[in-house]
Amino acid sequence: MKYPLRALALAISTCLYLGAAQAQTEIQWWHSMGGALGEWVNDLAKDFNAGQKDYRIVPTFKGSYDESMAAAIAAYRAGNAPHVLQVFEVGTATMMAAKGAIKPVGEIMRDSGLAFDPAAYVPAVAGYYTAPNGQMLSFPFNSSTPVFHYNKDAFKAAGLDPNKPPTTWPEVALAAGKLKASGHKCPFTTSWISWTQLESFSAWHNVLFASKNNGFGGLDTRLVFNTPLHVRHIENLANMAQSGLFVYKGRGNAADATFVSGECAMATGSSALYGSVTRAGKFAYGIGTLPYYPDVPGAPQNTVIGGASLWAMSGKKPVEYKGIAAFFSYLSQPEVAAASHQRTGYLPVTKASFELTDKSGFYKKNPGTDVSVTQMIRKTTDKSRGVRLGNFVQIRTIIDEELEGVWQGKKAAKQALDEAIRRGNEQLERFEKANKS
Amino acid sequence: MIENRPLLRWASHLVLILGVGIIFFPIYLTFIGSTQSAEQILGSHPLSLMPGGHFIDSYRLALFGGKTTAGASVGAAAPMLLVSLGSALIIAVGKIAISLLSAFAIVFFRFPFKKAVFWMVFITLMLPVEVRIGPTYEVVSQLHLLNSMAGLTIPLIASATATFLFRQFFLTVPNELVEAARMDGAGPMRFFKDVLLPLSGTSIAALFVIQFIYGWNQYLWPLLVTTDESMYPIVMGIKRLISGEVYVEWNLVMATTILAMLPPALVVVLMQKWFVKGLVDAEK
Amino acid sequence: MQPRSPFRSAWLPWALIAPQMGVILVFFFWPAGQALYQSVLQQDAFGGAVEFVGLENFRRLFADASYLESFQTTALFSALVAGLGLGLALLLAVAANRVVRGALLYKTLLIWPYAVAPVVAGVLWLMLFASPYGVIAYLLRLMGLPWDHVLNGHHAMALVVMAAVWKQISYNFLFFLAGLQAIPRSLIEAAAIDGASPWRRFWTIVFPLLSPTTFFLLVVNMVYAFFDTFAIVDATTHGGPGKDTAILVYKVYYDGFKAMDMGGSAAQSVVLMGVVIALTVLQFKWVEKRVHY
Repeated sequence: MKYPLRALALAISTCLYLGAAQAQTEIQWWHSMGGALGEWVNDLAKDFNAGQKDYRIVPTFKGSYDESMAAAIAAYRAGNAPHVLQVFEVGTATMMAAKGAIKPVGEIMRDSGLAFDPAAYVPAVAGYYTAPNGQMLSFPFNSSTPVFHYNKDAFKAAGLDPNKPPTTWPEVALAAGKLKASGHKCPFTTSWISWTQLESFSAWHNVLFASKNNGFGGLDTRLVFNTPLHVRHIENLANMAQSGLFVYKGRGNAADATFVSGECAMATGSSALYGSVTRAGKFAYGIGTLPYYPDVPGAPQNTVIGGASLWAMSGKKPVEYKGIAAFFSYLSQPEVAAASHQRTGYLPVTKASFELTDKSGFYKKNPGTDVSVTQMIRKTTDKSRGVRLGNFVQIRTIIDEELEGVWQGKKAAKQALDEAIRRGNEQLERFEKANKS
Repeated sequence: MIENRPLLRWASHLVLILGVGIIFFPIYLTFIGSTQSAEQILGSHPLSLMPGGHFIDSYRLALFGGKTTAGASVGAAAPMLLVSLGSALIIAVGKIAISLLSAFAIVFFRFPFKKAVFWMVFITLMLPVEVRIGPTYEVVSQLHLLNSMAGLTIPLIASATATFLFRQFFLTVPNELVEAARMDGAGPMRFFKDVLLPLSGTSIAALFVIQFIYGWNQYLWPLLVTTDESMYPIVMGIKRLISGEVYVEWNLVMATTILAMLPPALVVVLMQKWFVKGLVDAEK
Repeated sequence: MQPRSPFRSAWLPWALIAPQMGVILVFFFWPAGQALYQSVLQQDAFGGAVEFVGLENFRRLFADASYLESFQTTALFSALVAGLGLGLALLLAVAANRVVRGALLYKTLLIWPYAVAPVVAGVLWLMLFASPYGVIAYLLRLMGLPWDHVLNGHHAMALVVMAAVWKQISYNFLFFLAGLQAIPRSLIEAAAIDGASPWRRFWTIVFPLLSPTTFFLLVVNMVYAFFDTFAIVDATTHGGPGKDTAILVYKVYYDGFKAMDMGGSAAQSVVLMGVVIALTVLQFKWVEKRVHY
């Protein structure tokens, strides 16, 4: 009589076990983090999966940002999109306008019943990914901001004080002059020229880059970066280029390598460059804030973010959305967010994680790593929340092309900016037409 | 050679050495880079031309995975090499097989719409994979072939190049051979097997190398069609190393690139031995 | 051109072409049709809001002055790539055909560039020329040529042409060599006995007999230059400076994959397809007449 009972008990417990195992929901996460950053992503997933039994996050590397977006679009159209997709910041407007393709993070968090306070996130970071009505659309994951990198050894050799980086553009020009005089072939350069010299430049000086609050206020936004201030700045850079003080090193992040190698002494670029420089640079290194024009009222305000955020795709089961909510909750925990910030150099996502990092003395041990944060952790104005435009990828390329004409000496600054605006507005008009709700 | 013209021979060697030197130079640099450490590469400007001392480290890491000096952990290249090998072989063999048959039909038979068929095949060259990749993905998804070897290979087998080349070659086959086979009472397939195939040795060998490498270097299609990282081919592995946002470990990239170049080189050597040599002997 | 006595069979030819037709109907024509249909649509990236807009995408293309300019850029680029690629490869193949010693070594070494994936090739060439790593750029500067492919349009074009030719030379070399090796020795020997010099022999016997291969490579190289070179441009110059290296196919790739403008990308594909088909038909009509089968 014992055996059948035992067998039954065994059978029931096996069924329960299998049932429980099958109840673990799998969540597909497509990302574009290769190298050391891919390691970070995998560790986050491992940690989250180990901490609870209901959900399992499966991160998959799907190529660069544009490739993973193309893959996700193809998959979505075929009916098997991932649950979570990492999308770069310039794709934000495209994702927002995608009818029915995404599910806002705010909605997911609210439906899950988990604690969620939008105010806990750093305003300049989370605000970019928030809809006009205040609902958070995507989860800020890896955000960077432009800062001013400089080579302390080169400064010393040129007779400049290595502990006092230039903070205004006139000072940058002076420093560049001294560097050139001391024999330096590339005093100043920049990467991501639209992001650093036009978009962040505008927010830093509290002026608009595009109308309708840089696109936050509606699809009928148009570009306005040909104000006298913008023209003046590009003209200054053009003059610097003519006298060899500013050397254009290419689009995107092509200039980063020239700073790390010591070829260029000063460079505005992403705060995320910190890791490379400390690992591979053979010189004393300093970080300063993005330069500004002191005669502009309201400057410096705050800079705009780069990087990417996590979007949740639509059409998934409710239990899967609960899992996504749990994962985002996990990512927002102060310890987790602080660890991520310190490990990668990306901005801390929540105010609490910033304070935690500060208290731990991280910023003192690694001077300069707080520059990016302090540039962002301010109250934003309507004009400085960032730039969110449709067809932004094309607009940035147009800006690259037109400005290259200026660096080549073929175009005047105003002419280039006007032309960029004309071509860019065509893109915005097309986006508006295609996405009129 | 036909007559002994040492001057021409020396000239030929010179041309070849110069040509190979220039063409091989980037690969030489890649090899050098793979023997250095990441810091060395990022720190040397321009890139140094002398080998560094990290040959074993770089290749061990690249082949078997592990933790790098930057704290990243890289996947082993070895399984990815196997996936690439499998799919490249299937693609090469598949393409050559169906193209041989098609070209044979187009050149040696008369049937209605023959010209249309040739142009239909030829047009597949005119729209690259990248452009039609979204809809192709949908078709493969509907056929439930995602994440499979079949899904990786079959859509890439539609090759016009092979059919075109075989057509060119078949057109040069002298009519006498066809007549002779006919008179012997051989049917078309007999002619194909006993006469045409042996003659096509050099073309098949050359095409095999090309199509193998074509399959070997596929990136965009595997990226879309596979989600299971165990199905990733080697080029994706290389791309993943380059996508490290800011800090790229070039020594690993270069080591993996060199590893990725070895199987195609091996294929060239093998093809040379099996096909061409046989043909030259047959001529005698 | 057609053999004078083709085989006759009612069903065999259809059976022979069936596998290839099957594959291309399912995996080419069906998806290609859908892809090209997108050229008359306007939609958001995810296919949510789809709108039929007729020829609007095409109109937009031809109203863009820079698009028309890229026809010129592409013509120059393709001519250089095909010309250099074929010429240099032929030279190397002839040389390799003459030498007995080391032939295998030369052949193996020369095939390696083709074995490099396009994504990697672009990066390699960038490392050769981009500061701060560029060995060749460094040497050029030492020799007095201020190499700057970032701001000098001619340098940029030279860079992408070099990278594209480098990748394609192995391919051309392999086929030229195969073609040369398939030429019966007896013909060449007969001419040698008649007293013809190697130069004469080449142009009167070898080159005509090589013409089927040459024609094949001409068409394939043209298709390569027009269609397969975007990865190189993407890795090196991104079409810059300005639009100096923005070849047509790069814009197709850029619009389809980076800008998510499916309609525009599809429209450009239609135009590009039309151009290449026209060029190919011309080649078949005029050049093939001179091909010696």
